[in-house]
Amino acid sequence: MNLEELKKIREKAQKDVELRQKQARIRIVVGMGTSGIAAGARDVLKTLLEEIGRRNLTDVVVTQTGEKGLASQEPLVEVYEEGKPLVVYGNMNQERAKRVIVEHVVNGNPVTEFALEVM
Amino acid sequence: MMDEIASHLIDIVANSVTAHATYISIDIMMDTNKNVLTLHVKDNGIGMDDETEKKVVDPFYTTKKGKKVGLGVPLLKGTAETTGGTFRLSSEVGHGTEIIASFDLTHPDLPPLGNIRDTILILVVGNPDTDFRFRVKNNSKEFILDTKEIKEHLGGVPINHPDVITFLIKYIDENM
Repeated sequence: MNLEELKKIREKAQKDVELRQKQARIRIVVGMGTSGIAAGARDVLKTLLEEIGRRNLTDVVVTQTGEKGLASQEPLVEVYEEGKPLVVYGNMNQERAKRVIVEHVVNGNPVTEFALEVM
Repeated sequence: MMDEIASHLIDIVANSVTAHATYISIDIMMDTNKNVLTLHVKDNGIGMDDETEKKVVDPFYTTKKGKKVGLGVPLLKGTAETTGGTFRLSSEVGHGTEIIASFDLTHPDLPPLGNIRDTILILVVGNPDTDFRFRVKNNSKEFILDTKEIKEHLGGVPINHPDVITFLIKYIDENM
C-alpha cells in the first residue's frame, strides 16, 4: 500500500464530494480532553472511524474536541444531525460506538439506553 | 499519570489545536541502545507569553473558561521527570509552542508507549483542518506520515472521507 493509491480514491470519491459539497448530514464529535482520553475516548473514536469506513458513510464526519464538562460520564460522544435534536451519549465504549453508528446514524433511532441528553 | 505515552500525546496535541495551530510536527524516537524515548511536539499556534509559559506546568492553571484544572502539560512533565527523563517547553507569542519530553526506557514506572498507530489515525482524521507531520523512529526503522502530502494526492477529497479512512488504517498498519 502506497500513497499513489490515493489517486484512485480521489477519482472514485470526487463524485461523493460533489454531492456532499462539504456539508455532512451528520457530525459526530468525540470529547478528547484529558479525562476523555483517560477513560478510553481514543478507542471509541477509532471504532467510529472504522465503522464509517466499513459502511462507506460518505455523509458522516467525525471530529474531536476538548473537555465537555461531564468528566464522570466520559467518554462522551455528541451526534449532530440537521433538523434533529442534538444527542449526547455518555460512558461510551467500542461496543456502544458500533451501536450508535448502526442504530442512530444508519437507522435514525437514537440509542436512548445511554443517551445522557437530547437537546 | 496516563496509562500510555500515546495518551499524553493526544492530550498535548489537543492543546496545539486549541491554540489554533494549523501545522503540528510530532517526532517519536525510540533508541533502545541509549534506553531513551523522546517525544517532540512543535506547533505553529498562537504561543504563550513568558508568564503563561511558567504557569502552564501548574495543574491548577488553565486558560479555558469553565475549567478549574489543566492537566495535559503537568501530567506529561510529571511522567517524564518521575521516570528519570526530562521535560522542556518553550513558546513564543505568534510563533507557536515546542515540547520535548524524554523518558528512560529502563525505568520500572514508565508507562508503555501504547498504540501509536491508532493515535496517529485519530489525530489526523479527527482534526481534518490541521496538518500533521509524524515521524516515528524505532532505532533504525523510520516511518513518516505527512498530511500535506496526502492532501495533495487527494485533491479536493477530504481526509476524513470513508475511503481515505480505510486507506489510512491499512497504510499505517503496513508501513509503520
